[in-house]
Amino acid sequence: MTHDLVGCHGCGLVNRWPAGLARVRCARCDAPLTRRIRRSVSRSSAFLVAAVMLYLPANLLPIMHVTSLGMVRSDTILSGAEFLLISGMWPLALVVFVASVLVPIMKMVIIAYLLISVQLRSPARPLDRTRLYRFTEFVGRWSMVDIFVVAVLVALLQMGAVADVRAGPGALYFAAVVILTMLATFTFDPRLIWDNVPKRDE
Amino acid sequence: MKPPARHRHDLIACHECDLLQRLPAEHLAGRVRCRRCGCVLDHGGHDPINPPLALGFTALILFVLSNSFPLLDFSLGGQHASTYLLAGIQQLYAQGAILLAGVVLFTTIIAPLLHISLLIYVFLPLSLGRRPPGFVAALRIMQAVLPWSMLEIFLLGVIVASVKLAERATIVAGPAAWSLAILVFVLAATTTQVHPGRLWDRIR
Repeated sequence: MTHDLVGCHGCGLVNRWPAGLARVRCARCDAPLTRRIRRSVSRSSAFLVAAVMLYLPANLLPIMHVTSLGMVRSDTILSGAEFLLISGMWPLALVVFVASVLVPIMKMVIIAYLLISVQLRSPARPLDRTRLYRFTEFVGRWSMVDIFVVAVLVALLQMGAVADVRAGPGALYFAAVVILTMLATFTFDPRLIWDNVPKRDE
Repeated sequence: MKPPARHRHDLIACHECDLLQRLPAEHLAGRVRCRRCGCVLDHGGHDPINPPLALGFTALILFVLSNSFPLLDFSLGGQHASTYLLAGIQQLYAQGAILLAGVVLFTTIIAPLLHISLLIYVFLPLSLGRRPPGFVAALRIMQAVLPWSMLEIFLLGVIVASVKLAERATIVAGPAAWSLAILVFVLAATTTQVHPGRLWDRIR
């Protein structure tokens, strides 16, 4: 009978949930108690679908235009990483490629997999799935690095007549993909993974 | 109706897998992980109030420094320019990329500043033995804002941008780049020092 005990999100106190009550507040900090994140699967799926839809324009449209000596070069997410590689900065090219190309794809695949496995009430490999969740939670923010590169370049080259850098439309789409996948991760409740795992006696 | 206020402080429900378990008595000595899924339940440490406060003040000073000094100095054939943390946001805004400027503003200025101010707001009164008004809400906002504070990622962006330009121009890290590098570590340290659950033993 663990289900009439609920941990508070605010202060961590384990509260009793009296039978028949719809709403209970924490006895210590008065925060409303919730057993699971409300409508976790539908909210997380909605964020995920939105992120997938914006993913194409985020990668196909240029994230910045560089005008230098009358020449205009437009960079997409991928060509930005490629440029670093050609310049011989392969460790940095690898970081950028992982953060801005690999991570967003992996994140969307992992969240989709977690959502489907929870919907199917799969009891399989809960620990590995929790690790996947933790990985996406930790690594997802780092995709924002490309947006910051644009911001720094725009700031640095604003005064000089050397070059002019403008943010492209892809940058906003890309930022939106990162934000939406982060929201999809945060609204997913990893405890749902464990709800389908048969309880062991301690 | 409230449930009976019988607090079991050593009882904890893992926030990732919901397994109910008891914190070991010696948990102050070090990190405690969930027995089932391995997520960190408690980072240990004896004093839950003064270290976060000290880190909060340190972070505030570093944040002010990071915003008052040049981040990068750029020189190319007699031309010289230096840039500030805020300049990128201003310039994006001036180009009409208003939403993008908003994203950068929130993740590099507003969220870190909110995090730092709330640290001081919560822990300064606590260290004086008082409970600040809106204590619970302040802690919640602090936890919620944490993932959106992206100074460490911004720092990586600064490095990538410098490397991209290094071929054609001379780039020198300004004072703000160094204070930002330290600030990133200070802010990371605060996340292991704030234990909302433990603070309740200290306040009335």
